Amino acid sequence: MTTRVLVRATLLAALAWPAAALAHAFLDRAVPAVGGKVHGKPAEVRLRFSQALEPAFSTVQVFDAGGKQVDRKDKGLDPADASVLRVSLPPLDPGVYRVVWRVLSVDTHVTEGDYRFEVAP
Amino acid sequence: MRRHISKLALFTGAALWAAASGAFAHGFAGKRFFPATLATDDPFVADELSLPTVSRRKTGGNGDEPATLETDTSVDFTKRITPNFGIGLGGTWVNQKPDGGDTVRGFDNFAANVKYQFLKSDEHETIMSVGVDWDIGNTGAKRLGPDTFSTLTPTFFAGKGFGDLPDSLPYLKPFAVTGTLGLAVPTRSSTTTVADDGTETTTQNPNVINVGFAVQYSLLYLQSFVKDVGLSEPFNRLIPLVEVSMQRPTDGSAPTTGTINPGVLWAGRYMQVGLEAIIPMNRATGGKNGVLFQLHFFLDDLFPRSIGRPIFE
Repeated sequence: MTTRVLVRATLLAALAWPAAALAHAFLDRAVPAVGGKVHGKPAEVRLRFSQALEPAFSTVQVFDAGGKQVDRKDKGLDPADASVLRVSLPPLDPGVYRVVWRVLSVDTHVTEGDYRFEVAP
Repeated sequence: MRRHISKLALFTGAALWAAASGAFAHGFAGKRFFPATLATDDPFVADELSLPTVSRRKTGGNGDEPATLETDTSVDFTKRITPNFGIGLGGTWVNQKPDGGDTVRGFDNFAANVKYQFLKSDEHETIMSVGVDWDIGNTGAKRLGPDTFSTLTPTFFAGKGFGDLPDSLPYLKPFAVTGTLGLAVPTRSSTTTVADDGTETTTQNPNVINVGFAVQYSLLYLQSFVKDVGLSEPFNRLIPLVEVSMQRPTDGSAPTTGTINPGVLWAGRYMQVGLEAIIPMNRATGGKNGVLFQLHFFLDDLFPRSIGRPIFE
């Protein structure tokens, strides 16, 4: 009985937790996709995170297979959505590219990661 | 206006500090997120609250003791004192229903622990800690017959993610293993009880080796760093796992016992939910299959500017 009451109360508390609370930013979706293959020349890399980012301390870079940075070094947040970090790309030759990101969520938690995508002819 | 400027300055300072030092907090090593596991103590220090952890299983009878359906409801709170040193407190409400007997309820002995995280490798997704758990004797309800002595358990904790495997093995990278190795040392080597008729019974309290490990496959890791396989909420945050928990007295007075717990965790932004089956690993363990459930809150995410931070940074 006590257990049941405790479990119910906890579930209720979890559901009622303040929506404004903040957390680590996880990568929710990426374009080009994580591990994906792109036909054509992607104009940019867009990373959507699970929450808003702090622009000054959030970075994304794109490297070719030789480790050379190939993005246009104009990273920034999408003006319409502070959870989206983007960087422009020049026309890319076919090959495998690596996206490296490190972001600071607005509650000062850092997360980082990387992934590869392929540009097919 | 001045207040706003102060807040802005404070936030900017915090952001600068975090950006410089990497405030990864709970269970992160590089891009690896180690979830809090239910049966295996975590290899990291964190500001977290497990409320509740509920286990329910029928234990086997032993001699004069009948088989008993036991439901344990636990609360565990851990707090970072410094970024690498933390303390924890725990309590368990026990509900025992023996076959043919009356239900007995009450708190088990309370527990406290300290833990020091001495290694974290982002590159190799590795965390290691050492700690001591203190099961505080005589703090539980007498009707449950809790230990009248304390038990100290120095423990080594480790966690390793496999994200550093070669790129030729991409689908193995989401695997991670966490484990513990501890030696439970009772503060009294034997306990003597006196029955109503004056008969004395002495029970030995041997040291016990505790081993636990969890093998987990993070769909979060797969989706974010290896291959977007198209999973959406809530499946992209699932972490299937198998935990194994074993004990054995060092004097050989009893066989190895333990459980195997297959299950799944779901990690959200502020909390995680875990559900596992409890399967006795051998005949000596006895009893029937059970279930283990946990709600676990990331206090560092919920309260990043107050109780979710180390006291001394």
